[in-house]
Order: sequence, then structure tokens, then C-alpha cells
Amino acid sequence: MATTEAPNTRKIQVQRFKPDEDPKHHYLNAEKGIWSWLTSVDHKRIGLMYLASIAFFFLIGGILALVLRTELLTPARSFIDADVYNQIFTLHGAIMIFFFLVPSVPAALGNFILPLQLGAKDVAFPRLNLASFYIYSIGAVFTLIAIFTGGVDTGWTFYTPFSVETGGNIIMMTLGIFILGFSSILTGVNFIVTIHKMRAPGLTWNKLPLMMWALYATSIIQILATPVLAITILLLTMERALGIGIFDPAMGGDPVLFQHFFWFYSHPAVYIMIVPGFGVISEVISTFSRKTIFGYWAIALSSLAIAFIGFLVWGHHMFTAGQSSLASMVFSFLTFLVGIPTGIKIFNWLATMYKGSIDMKTPMLYAMVFLFLFTIGGFTGIMLGALVVDIHLHDTYYVVAHFHYVMMGGMVMAFLAGIHYWWPKMFGKMYSEFWGRLTCVIIFIGFNMTFLPQFIMGAQGMPRRYYNYIDQFQPFHQFSTMGSYVLGVGFLIMAAYLIHSLLRGEKSGSNPWGSRALEWQTPSPAPHHNFEHTPVIVNGPYDYHKPMSEFQLGIAHSHNGHDADKEVDVETGTATEKA
Amino acid sequence: MSETSAVKDKQEHVKHYFVDSDQQFEASKMGMWVFLVTEILFFGGLFAAYIVYRSWYPELYLMASTELDAFWGTVNTVVLIGSSLTVAMAIRSAQLNQIKGLIINLWITIGLACVFMVIKFFEYMYKFQKGILPGEYYTYDGIAHEQANIFFSIYYMMTGLHGVHVVIGIGLMLWLVVKAKKGVFSSQYYTHVEITGLYWHLVDVIWIFLFPLLYLID
Repeated sequence: MATTEAPNTRKIQVQRFKPDEDPKHHYLNAEKGIWSWLTSVDHKRIGLMYLASIAFFFLIGGILALVLRTELLTPARSFIDADVYNQIFTLHGAIMIFFFLVPSVPAALGNFILPLQLGAKDVAFPRLNLASFYIYSIGAVFTLIAIFTGGVDTGWTFYTPFSVETGGNIIMMTLGIFILGFSSILTGVNFIVTIHKMRAPGLTWNKLPLMMWALYATSIIQILATPVLAITILLLTMERALGIGIFDPAMGGDPVLFQHFFWFYSHPAVYIMIVPGFGVISEVISTFSRKTIFGYWAIALSSLAIAFIGFLVWGHHMFTAGQSSLASMVFSFLTFLVGIPTGIKIFNWLATMYKGSIDMKTPMLYAMVFLFLFTIGGFTGIMLGALVVDIHLHDTYYVVAHFHYVMMGGMVMAFLAGIHYWWPKMFGKMYSEFWGRLTCVIIFIGFNMTFLPQFIMGAQGMPRRYYNYIDQFQPFHQFSTMGSYVLGVGFLIMAAYLIHSLLRGEKSGSNPWGSRALEWQTPSPAPHHNFEHTPVIVNGPYDYHKPMSEFQLGIAHSHNGHDADKEVDVETGTATEKA
Repeated sequence: MSETSAVKDKQEHVKHYFVDSDQQFEASKMGMWVFLVTEILFFGGLFAAYIVYRSWYPELYLMASTELDAFWGTVNTVVLIGSSLTVAMAIRSAQLNQIKGLIINLWITIGLACVFMVIKFFEYMYKFQKGILPGEYYTYDGIAHEQANIFFSIYYMMTGLHGVHVVIGIGLMLWLVVKAKKGVFSSQYYTHVEITGLYWHLVDVIWIFLFPLLYLID
């Protein structure tokens, strides 16, 4: 027994609660049937439903990408028409960004892990959480209707005036994204309130896992930026429906104003996508280095710094769109500034690994891939932020490659690291370590084959979004296409071994990685209400120099209020008192 | 041990995932505040559009503003501010456990909100009859300016979205009345009244900005 001080300097008695290694009752079998999933307000189940949805959209977006790459094998028409090509790249972008990347870590992994890392029983507003999932689904339905009733060929950016004049069902698509935005906002509201109000006793802000800091920064961006997207998309919809003329130059409107509005959301939105990935990487690197994270506050605050500066750089998308040269210079300078907090994170991760006992398990391998690819993506971003260079590289494949290095090489790799890291927590099963590592290598190779050539042809002047190209680019395009097939194979193998793990996987035990983080101090899969006790936190989440027993404390003797008559698994101390 | 917040007796309205009533109340309130921030950003986009076009066509704004009826705008402002007072009184009644007062105040608030919408409706109809319609349907020729339609596009977007918020507020307060009649609220538990009040004040504040920016600039 140990005694500690909870907030408000109340004395509370704590004792150690060893997690059950092979739980009979957990959230997956607490209730049965498809209906219990669809109506569940349990954040873990909602997280898994999100996970299934984004996996579905990742599959769709991925297939579209393979179709695009296949079409680009030859300089002229290969097998689809130019109009179809335009629709497919639009859908690839819109689906991957709005339906996969934005909800991937916050809504799927975040929903699952946030209350567990806070030692809370659920998020602050569980019903709102479920509602946000259904809002996401409704947005998805709208988008699917748009695809099957005319399609969209504007690119995922919906630039006016083209998006006002072109055919297809733009209104359905923009309404879908408008609705989707509310899902994102509600998740953000939920997370902010949960982190503020529902932390376990002893979990002060300076003991908050870095994943929580990352999700907190992300949520701030979500609540501040997404409403602006909502109003922009609404104005665009009105523009098409009623011709209100605010963005349409034919009626005296200003198309550059649309770009300002759009990028005021969409630039911070790339930080909605990447910042939670930083959180995952912090967790994974610390766990698999068996070492206290280096520069805790530097990493935590740099997430907030990115969130803040991220709001001030949107103009770097418009260097060639006719904004004033003074504005361009300021935006360029601020763009360089964003590199600083990002660099701080990279160096702190490297310092964390220095002299750590590094264990190259699959999640850690993905973290390494992340560091490598994201650094390339980040540096090429700095080049694009330089005014003169950008005039040359604007709207070329260089931008495409940069964006994919940051988003896929950064975000998706972080997401995969997170999936492999928390997979045992989600399902209590292990996957094949051999296939996991092999797939990681395949994906790494395939990714670089796909996107490295795009830097080169972009620098040589290959414009993005073009259906045809001149012959000199054909070797690059073909190499890139081969790489995309390798990537596709990699993801198929991953799907296979993850499904195999679900069906036949070995039991993982509560804490297969020996992590000190709070979410691993409860059985895997977690109980219906996350913890069988009220956890009490005395150490930071990365204090690997302290014994495991200090990380498994909970309020002794009384219960968490729910299921008050249940036995609690107690290793030491007095018997559990029944309420 | 009984003094730790984790082991307090549970009250009926406290959801199982909250430790106690205070935590639940604080969380709900904070959630609404954060949501109000998103609302401000949402309207912020329209205010930005307003500012951009006003700086380009300052004379248009002065001309077009004369088409708006400042008298009825003032009446509506008074009506909305009055409703903010009554919603505050509704919260006070709940705090004092006066459920009858709560219901009466909610009804007055709903009534004032409806008055606001009715006045707005007649304002809109009057303009529609003159041909002042949004965007490309604009046919009025009383304003000697090429971009007059854009002012009214912004006007309709701003007041229209605000109107949608008023209607949502009416719906929320009807829901509160139903709950209050069922005896859900007491001085121990009036979270929904409190956060709906917060929402209503924001709707009011947005109107307080819209009114001078649209009606009073001439």
C-alpha cells in the first residue's frame, strides 16, 4: 500500500491492482449482436466502428490510386477517359483526406485510447460520440450519392469558379463534407472536455501522455478550423444553388477569397492529420526504447505551437494565385517557422532512442519508417515554402510527392505504428511479428518507389493532375506505378495477417510490450468500463526507471461506482469491500 | 475515505462515467463553451466576407443598407435582448428550485423568439416582393450599383443562418419545457437549462453584431 495525494490535497489510500492476463469479460463480449454495436456509446466500440469505416475508405481510396497509376503507365490514354480520370483523382483526394486521414488517428485510435490513457470510464459525452459516428456515416452516404449521380471533377480543393460551372453533382459532395465537418467538430469538443475534466486522480497536466497532448492540440485545430470549412462549403453550395456570387467572378465575386477561406481550414487540417500521428510516435518510441521520453515538455508544447502557427500559414498555397507579394513573404516566413517545432520533435525522439534498449518490434519499425519519410516530407515542404522555388514547383508532381511523403509517409506510417501498437489492447490478440516486419519493409520500399520518382519529374516540370504527359516522363511514371503495386501488395498482406490474428491470433496478455503507459495497466481487451478500479497516477507515463508496481495503483477499498457489487482482482492488501 | 470525490454517493441524474454531479455539470458547461467557440468561427467566415466586400465597395454598403428597415431591426434587437433576460431568469428560477417560474420564463423566451422570427419573415417577404432576392435571382433596380446583389447575398446568408440558430433555439427550449414539466430539473440538476441559456446568449450576441453592421451603417 502506498499513500499519495490526489488533487485538492485530499489523502487517498491506494493499492496495487494487477491486470487480469486473460479476462473472461471485456468490452468485446459485454453485449452481443450487431445492434449492441450500432447503439453502443462505449468509446472503444465507437473507435472500432470508426476503424472499420476508415479501413473501408482507405481501401476505396487505395483502389482509386492504383487505377490512376495504371492509367499513367502510358503518356496518352491507357484504359480510362480523361473525364473519368479527373473524377477519379478528385475522389481519391477527397476520400483519402476527408474520410480517411482526418478521422484516422483522432476518431479511430483517439476514441479508443483517449479515455484509457486518462483513466476515465468514457469520454465526457458518449452519446455525442456515437452521434458523431453517425454524422460521419451520413456524410459518407451523401458522398457516395454524389459519386453515383454525376461525379465530381474539381479536385479535392473545389476551387471556384470551376466548381461553380462544372457539371456533376458538386452540391451532394460539398454537403457530404459539410456534414462530415460536424463529426470532426463534435469529436474535438468531446476530447477537449474529456482531457480537461475527466483525468484520473493524480494525472496532472505534466503527467499527461504525449498522445493526449497531441490529441488536445488536434482537437483545438478541429474546433477552430472546421467551422470555417463548414461556412466555406456552405457558401460554395449556395453559390451553385442560388448563384449568390460571393466567389464567382462572373457576378463580381472573388475566387481568391474562396482560396483564402478554403486554406484557412485546409492548411490547419493537414495538422489535424499529422499531429495525432506525432502523439503515436512519441508513445511507440518511448515504449520500445524502454526509456523516459527526452524533452517531455518540448514535445508536448511543440504540438500546441504547431497548432498555433499552423493557423497562420495558409497563404503559402496561394503564392501564384495573385496575393500581394508582401503577404507572400510573410506567409513564406511563417511557413519556415512551422518547421521549428516539428524539428524539435524529431530531435527529441532521436534523443529518446539514444542509449535506449531499442526493441525493433513492428510498431517501432513503422516509427523508424515514419522518421525517415516524414523528414524527407518536411524538408521538401520547406523548399516549397520558399517563394522563388515555389514558382517553379507550384502545381507539379513535386507537390504531390511532398504531400504524400508527409501524409502517407508520415501520417499513414504513424497510423500503422499505432494500429500495430494498440492492436493487442483492442482485441487481446497478437499478430505475426514476422509478417508484420516483412510488410513494413515492403511498404517502405513500395512507397519510395512510388513517390521518389515524382520528386524528380516534378522538379523537371511534370504538372500534377494531368492526364497526358510528354514521353520523357514515361520511365518515371512507370517506375512510380510499379511502386504503387508493391504498396498495394504490402497492404493486402497486412489485411491478411491482421484478419488471421483476429481469428487465430495468440493471446497477448495485458501488456505485451512491457509499457508503463496507463492503457496497458488494465486487461487486454479492456473491461467494459476500462478499469475495474479508479486508477491513481503517481509517476509520469514514461518513467521506465520506476518499478511496474507503481504504475498499477488504484483507489483502495472503494469502487468506481458502477457494478459496485463486482469482485475486484486484488493482489495485495485488504479484501475488496463491497459497496 | 468518504471525503474523496471518487466515492461520493451517486445521484440519479449523474451518468455512470462521471465521478459526481459537479464534474458532470462542469463538463457539460465546458462542452457548450467550446461549441460556442466553433459557432463564432462559423459566423466568423461570414463576417470576414462582409469585411472584404465592404472594403471593396464601401459606397454599396451605405446605399444598400438604406433598403433595410432600421425600425423593425431595432424592435427585433429589443425583442432578442429581452429574451436573453428571460432565459437568464429561467436559469435563476431553476437554481432556486422554482420549476413553475422556470417553465413560465421558458415560454416567454420562446414567445419572444417567435416574435423575432415573424418580424424577420415580414422583412424578408417585403424584400422578396421588391425583387431583392439572393444572388442571380436579384431583380431590384433601386440601387445604382452593379454588385448590389452581393450585399444582399451576404445579408441573406448572415441573417438566414442566424435565423436557423433561432429556430434551433426555439426547438431546444420546447424540449426544456417538456423536461421541466416531467420534473427532471431541480436546483440540484439544471445542466440543460444552463447550457441552452449559454447557446441562446450567443445567438443574441451574434444578432447584436449583425444589427449595426447591416442596418445602421447608413
